[in-house]
Amino acid sequence: MLRVEGVVKSFDDFLAVNEAHLLVQKGEIVAVIGPNGAGKTTLFNLITGQLRRDRGRILFQGEDISELPPYEVCRRGLGRSFQIVNVFHRLTVFDNVQVAVLSHQKKSNTLFHPAGSLAVVETRSLLESVGLADKGRRIVGSLSHGDQKILEIAVALGNNPEMLILDEPTAGMSPEETAATIDLIRHLAKTRGLTILFCEHDMEIVFSISHKIMVMHQGRTLLQGTPEEVRNDPQVQSAYLGGTDA
Amino acid sequence: MGIITVLTNGFKKIGHSNWGWLLIGMFILLFLMPPFIPRFFVYILGLIYVTSLLAMSLNFLVGFGGMFQFHHAVFYGVGAYTVALILTKTSLPPWVGFVAGPVAAGLVGLLIGWFCVRLTQLYFGMLQISLGSLIWAIVYRWYKFTGGDDGIHGIPMPQVLSSLNQAYYFILILLVVSLVLLYSILKSPFGSTLQAIRDNPQRCAAVGVNVRRHQLRAIGIGTFFAGIAGVLFVVLEKSVFPDLLFWTLSLEVFIMCLLGGWFTFGGPILGAAITVALRTFVGKYTEYWTLILGVILILLIFFLPEGVMGYFVEKFKFRGNSGNERGTA
Repeated sequence: MLRVEGVVKSFDDFLAVNEAHLLVQKGEIVAVIGPNGAGKTTLFNLITGQLRRDRGRILFQGEDISELPPYEVCRRGLGRSFQIVNVFHRLTVFDNVQVAVLSHQKKSNTLFHPAGSLAVVETRSLLESVGLADKGRRIVGSLSHGDQKILEIAVALGNNPEMLILDEPTAGMSPEETAATIDLIRHLAKTRGLTILFCEHDMEIVFSISHKIMVMHQGRTLLQGTPEEVRNDPQVQSAYLGGTDA
Repeated sequence: MGIITVLTNGFKKIGHSNWGWLLIGMFILLFLMPPFIPRFFVYILGLIYVTSLLAMSLNFLVGFGGMFQFHHAVFYGVGAYTVALILTKTSLPPWVGFVAGPVAAGLVGLLIGWFCVRLTQLYFGMLQISLGSLIWAIVYRWYKFTGGDDGIHGIPMPQVLSSLNQAYYFILILLVVSLVLLYSILKSPFGSTLQAIRDNPQRCAAVGVNVRRHQLRAIGIGTFFAGIAGVLFVVLEKSVFPDLLFWTLSLEVFIMCLLGGWFTFGGPILGAAITVALRTFVGKYTEYWTLILGVILILLIFFLPEGVMGYFVEKFKFRGNSGNERGTA
């Protein structure tokens, strides 16, 4: 479904991503792991168009998307959430998700029809599926950090994507919130048939829910394989697993 | 602060459903007023309406759109000059001029905006000031066409708008229509998407919104309404001059929005009323009336950072939200 081939991105002289390779097949949950600064977030930003790659190809469902702006990538069915909470902080929870749903339904430019009566059912059912239904009227700024991260996912789902990229979905969460979020991700993948690409520091989570794992080190893809293959690879052990990370 | 407390408590007693009736009542009152008040006050009220619409159209882009619309007066001036030139230099029927004013303002807005949306934040604003000043310079210098720094005076109005009271009714009705339109645009999907872009353009792009195009459309709408304000100014004053599109006026309108409160719908009206009243009544005694405005502004930034209207809205929300949360928790 998603194929990244030899992608390179440099900022001035610093090579943030250097020869990254990735293959995600339909229905898979794929994790990208690597130490801080390995280029995971940069890779995600390259895939969804926030950044433009210097070299290489990014194919989504057979189409080269490496030159497309973010909104075009999104319209092709590739949604994402962000590592740092990145939503519309002056709007309510409901409005946040509704903006995405309206965009998906191509109603963002509707001028003289009250927004309060459009896309309401879809938005509400989405909020229910992530467990935020009772907080719909709250202003986002008043939510707990964990709920804001969940809202991140809900906003990304508003476009009904076929594939979802989650950048550290559980960062900053308590152990209970983390467990609930992982359950949610698994549930969403199953019920919506979502393909998921995510990155995460918690190795326990990564190895428990991923079908495939891609290991990045200093911007380079070390290998991509099943959790078993990754666990047993000596190169990975020296570079990452046996190293500094807890 | 005593007065403010009394006012807030008074407002709190008005239920949500009664607000509509209150506004309709106010409109009727304003509509019936002219025969009973001195001509001078009719004129000042008219000026407040015109300035309010200008401030509202700016706030649509700044407060709700989050764009650095630094030179909004240009579009007001373009609207005013367009109708003035059509009424004085052509024999076209007057309504053509009245329609052409806002349309011209919107087109110039789209043209300048097309360049500006390519930049962000301050650079957006700086570019707009430069391009806007260019238009001002043309109007200021082109004596044969625009009358240069003299402007155009004694613009002939159609019979139905010739008296001050008729002008007043026309302005009031168009103001109300414009406000209803702006309000429904803000409550529409277009409006909520615009506010989402204000909060977070990057995220908006990530949910499939073409941010630049959406902003450009908003600029077209905002400048169109600035053009309506420009036309109404001509209806009231029957003259135009280059100061209408000078950058100091842009700053003044910006201050009005700040006074009233960025994130409220009605705030700019209040800001415009305060500014026009100060200029008229303090300006009679001293040409340094802006000094008073400055002091008010400083006090405001310290004590009511959300603006006068923002302060009251905040008071309301406090009550509404706490009830709400108790209900859902």
